[in-house]
Amino acid sequence: MPEEVQGLIHNRFGDGLVFTSADQIINWSRKNSIWFMTFGLACCAIEMMATGGSRYDLDRFGIMPRGTPRQSDLMIVAGTVTLKMATRIKRLYAQMPEPKYVLSMGSCANNGGPYWRHGYHVLKGVDEVIPVDVYVPGCPPRPEALLYGLLKLQEKIQEDRVTRKRGYTVGSLAGARLDGAADGTAK
Amino acid sequence: MDPKAIHETLVAKFGEKIQGASLEAASPFSVVAAEAIAEVAAFCKADPDLAFDNLMCLAGVDYPKETPPRMEVVYQLLSYTHLHTFALKVQLPRENPAVPTVERTWGVANWHEREAWDLLGITFLGHSDPRRILLPDDWEGHPLRKDWQDPEYYNGMHVKPTQQMAERALAGETIGVGPFDFTPPNRHVKEE
Repeated sequence: MPEEVQGLIHNRFGDGLVFTSADQIINWSRKNSIWFMTFGLACCAIEMMATGGSRYDLDRFGIMPRGTPRQSDLMIVAGTVTLKMATRIKRLYAQMPEPKYVLSMGSCANNGGPYWRHGYHVLKGVDEVIPVDVYVPGCPPRPEALLYGLLKLQEKIQEDRVTRKRGYTVGSLAGARLDGAADGTAK
Repeated sequence: MDPKAIHETLVAKFGEKIQGASLEAASPFSVVAAEAIAEVAAFCKADPDLAFDNLMCLAGVDYPKETPPRMEVVYQLLSYTHLHTFALKVQLPRENPAVPTVERTWGVANWHEREAWDLLGITFLGHSDPRRILLPDDWEGHPLRKDWQDPEYYNGMHVKPTQQMAERALAGETIGVGPFDFTPPNRHVKEE
């Protein structure tokens, strides 16, 4: 909060009254309750489960798994995306309510990984079918790496401008060009 | 029974339809004429001395460099009664390979034959459910054949990576944390 505003309203009201900006409070609540859709496709899912378990404990960030896309904010694509699964991923992504985010976990989901040249059945990067917010490389990434990716996503959400949308915002990239040139605003 | 005795039992019963054998191999097998495989399979299961009550695996193999080029179907058998194993092989032409199904003898062959059809294009005559099992229903071709070439696209998605995709993957994308510019901070090292 700017200092001049702080001077005007500081200590003038009773306890339990908090002043903040709309962006701040909306982004704060969004980033601290990221419910992700459990999306284990391959061995990355093991690391994702480990991240959710007691040792690394995703719950302390308000991040927890949901079983359905209808209640999810984040899709963690953990594992090899086959061409057959890619069509399903598209549909699951469409079923998630806005705002929605995608984290691509592991080399396979990032760009096909070891199936780059000889995988007739593997999608070369999940960003071919859905927009991705955060990429976490690794084969598979350790829980620390996934946690770091999720914290990066929280930072991205915190920077979002909810009340003054210009161009696309984070998590609603659907249909936008990846270089941001569609409306000429984002760079 | 040892492999030799099993083979002799089969030859005594089917004669010409057992076309060859390799009994010294690590996994001994007999080669069976394609049109006779269903009755040989039924006999292998029903005969009390053989009693092959379990089909452990059914697999297709592609041999494009043999003369003449051929496909094979391999049936790995196990008898829980006598605890002996054996294998049957069927040799097929590479063009339009077809073999009678053994699904009536061993129910598990249903899925295995669907897989062989899906990936190698071997037709199983009389199969009750000849659909693909792994690949999407609208897939074209049989990708484990040795002469398989990747198509450019499947339903608008790249199957072969393009030069542009390769450059992008190497350069890193600017959205979010780029694919390859990712270094988690090391919490064991104090930053200056």
